[in-house]
Amino acid sequence: MLGYIIRRILAVIPVMLIVAIFVFLMLRLSPGDPAAILAGDSATAAQIEKIRTELGLNDPLHIQFITWMGQLLQGDLGTSLISKTGVVDMIANRINPTINLALMTIIISVLLAVPMGVAAAWRHRTWVDYLVMSFSVLGFSIPVFVIGYIFMAIFALGLGWFPVQGYRAPTEDFFGFLLRAILPSLTLATIYVALIARMTRASMLEVLGEDYIRTARAKGVKENSVLFRHALRNAAVPIMTIIGIGFALLIGGVVVTESVFNIPGIGRLTVDAILARDYPVIQAIILLTAGIYVLINLLIDLSYTLLDPRIRY
Amino acid sequence: MTEHFKARTGRMARRGGFAAAALMAMTMLTPASSVAQDEQETITGVMHSGLRVLDPIITTAHITRNHGYMIYDVLLAQDEDFQPHPQMADWEVSDDNLVYTFTLRDGLKFHDGEPVTAEDVVASLERWGEVDSGGQQIFDVTDSLEATDEKTVTWTLSEPFPPMLQVLSKQSARPAFIMPKRVAETPSDTSIDEYVGSGPFVFNEDEFDPGQKVVYDKFEDYVPRDEEANWMAGGKEVNVDRVEWVSMSDMMTSVNALAEGEIDYIEQVEVDLLPILDANENVTVERRDPLGYQTIGRMNFKHPPFDNQKIRQAALLALSQEDVLGTMIGNPDYYELCGSVFGCGTPLEDETGAESLLEGGDPEAAQALLDEAGYDGTPIVLMQPTDVASLDDQPVVAAQAFREAGFEVDMQPMDWQSVVSRRASMDPPDEGGWNIFFTNWQLPEVADPLINPMLNSRGDSAWFGWPDDEHMEDLRSQYVDAKTEDERKEIASEIQAYALETVNYIPLGQYFMPQARRNNVVDMIPSPVPVFWNIDKE
Repeated sequence: MLGYIIRRILAVIPVMLIVAIFVFLMLRLSPGDPAAILAGDSATAAQIEKIRTELGLNDPLHIQFITWMGQLLQGDLGTSLISKTGVVDMIANRINPTINLALMTIIISVLLAVPMGVAAAWRHRTWVDYLVMSFSVLGFSIPVFVIGYIFMAIFALGLGWFPVQGYRAPTEDFFGFLLRAILPSLTLATIYVALIARMTRASMLEVLGEDYIRTARAKGVKENSVLFRHALRNAAVPIMTIIGIGFALLIGGVVVTESVFNIPGIGRLTVDAILARDYPVIQAIILLTAGIYVLINLLIDLSYTLLDPRIRY
Repeated sequence: MTEHFKARTGRMARRGGFAAAALMAMTMLTPASSVAQDEQETITGVMHSGLRVLDPIITTAHITRNHGYMIYDVLLAQDEDFQPHPQMADWEVSDDNLVYTFTLRDGLKFHDGEPVTAEDVVASLERWGEVDSGGQQIFDVTDSLEATDEKTVTWTLSEPFPPMLQVLSKQSARPAFIMPKRVAETPSDTSIDEYVGSGPFVFNEDEFDPGQKVVYDKFEDYVPRDEEANWMAGGKEVNVDRVEWVSMSDMMTSVNALAEGEIDYIEQVEVDLLPILDANENVTVERRDPLGYQTIGRMNFKHPPFDNQKIRQAALLALSQEDVLGTMIGNPDYYELCGSVFGCGTPLEDETGAESLLEGGDPEAAQALLDEAGYDGTPIVLMQPTDVASLDDQPVVAAQAFREAGFEVDMQPMDWQSVVSRRASMDPPDEGGWNIFFTNWQLPEVADPLINPMLNSRGDSAWFGWPDDEHMEDLRSQYVDAKTEDERKEIASEIQAYALETVNYIPLGQYFMPQARRNNVVDMIPSPVPVFWNIDKE
């Protein structure tokens, strides 16, 4: 097991290297020039050229790449070309809101979706099943920003229960954090509830048809116990996979929700950095996101051994 | 993790309160930060853009200029009539107009507590003069610029430069902000990395989150002038403790936040969203900037077909300001037709040559000119930014008008930053260059022939589009040398007529971006630059 974990962690190195090369080249080959953005509207071509040279953007590509890799190996992610702020600081400022939002979304999603999926499978082809499946289709189909605006109109502007926008760090003001995080989390959760409920239902349906379930019922085991101890546990591996991938997707995919609810997270930092062609920031965020994906995948794989004793690495 | 915390989360988890435990765990992910600011008088505003570049000399971005006015001060400043007034310094001019002596007023201090000296001023002006076009012209005729004592700066010219004070006091596109000498010694093509000014607010570096939030604290040691504030001139009296600029990428969210009182101010509200705010009795919507913005089209003089004056004239004839502004803004309360390259409401306003633009365009005449010029049907590459609300409509309206006049149009959608990069390319349009793009200027940036970037006609060293026109340069020199106001106006009229005859650029009229504030935010100065002195929160 330990050997497996070490092997998986070592495998991260070539993955990250490929990501780094790919991101570096994609950014340099796409149109846009941070020097022109830095210089502003009235700058002349000559002024922009001087700034390009100063930023090192006129150096040959391989020199730029080697410089960046050299910094990276020393743990230095560089400095924003535009604001001159350290990239590590910029990301550190923005990662907490995103992770907190993603965690809360996943918690809400799991708490709602798993019982919904179980109920739909248990009452297969009844109104319960149809209701859950209808919600699932709806959850998938409505764009996140529309849901965000609807929630905002009803719960913030209409009923006045929540603030319209903003973010508070939970350490600073936990109640304030909850108050501001509920609407964006619910908004984001809609699609994940739909996804996880569907997956839970499908997985449960398969398990509920197994012989050991019939045996359990024949032995007179209570229905609750059949569903949650016998069936759900055995149906858990694919559900866990979906939850894990969902969390990873959330880290990178919260841009719209962060915009609608004005949460200063990593999604908005990414968009801002891309629009400003702030190469060091974009490169760092993509590497970080890739790292989180790899890590979460590893954790999901490890969780299988807890959920299903037959799986061994 | 504290023992107490572990015990609590553990208990919660055991009770099946997984969610609660996880929520508590989240609290560990965020470092404790600032203390609540409730007891301080704070104005929270959503500005037109997030602040990223902190050096107001390296860039001309408006948000960075606005940041500059918060933390730096200027030697001279203009009032609403574009007239220079003393701000940090009084001045005297010798009889031969060759020696300008500036004397710093008492009580000027940088935010680090050091006094502002003449040496700081000299270093700041030298750095500014390397990159600012007006500054460069002054330095072209400078014999010496020296600190003659602690508080006196003597600027000696080799020949008179009548617009000297106008240029030194200009309020936009790179005002001459004064920084400490050690900061001003940074090369002008490198961003500064220390943000110490002597202005009315102190930049709060700890709370700066680039593109997201910037905080300014009142500078307690700032000594305002006695005169009443008037645009950038006069006393900068600060009545609040703290100003926060937050950035919201979704305008709808800003509007909702203002309506609910979560923020105090929005610098620019999209006209489409005004009905929501108009219905709110706690919010005032108004024009702050009396002059607004000029929207323009600029052609590339280097490549066919717009290297041909007749074809440029055809493009101008094809366009109608009403069509452009109507599509762009919609509400006639917030736009105004104006054919002057210097803008309307400015001292040099003159609309000669803009008749067709103001009267709905003349596609037939445009077509006739195209035929006469022998336009061969080469498609014109029109860059269309799709991510900036104030820039995405002009290309669409223009493309249709150009097609109706007989142009072949290749409209290429891209993000604004791609436009900004690509317009610097002098390559032919089919090799990564371009033929035409549109942008907007605040009026003080175009209001006179010396400042207006488009009118610079020095070929490759001119602004994007690179007109190479000796006669225009001659007219601009005449303007610089003009001794009286009347003489200046007369030459400006000639420039206006000549600019539209050669179609140096196409002025497409003026528009205004309304601001919105909570009713308790009062006394904001009605100037093109949103400033936070004078303002009060009741």
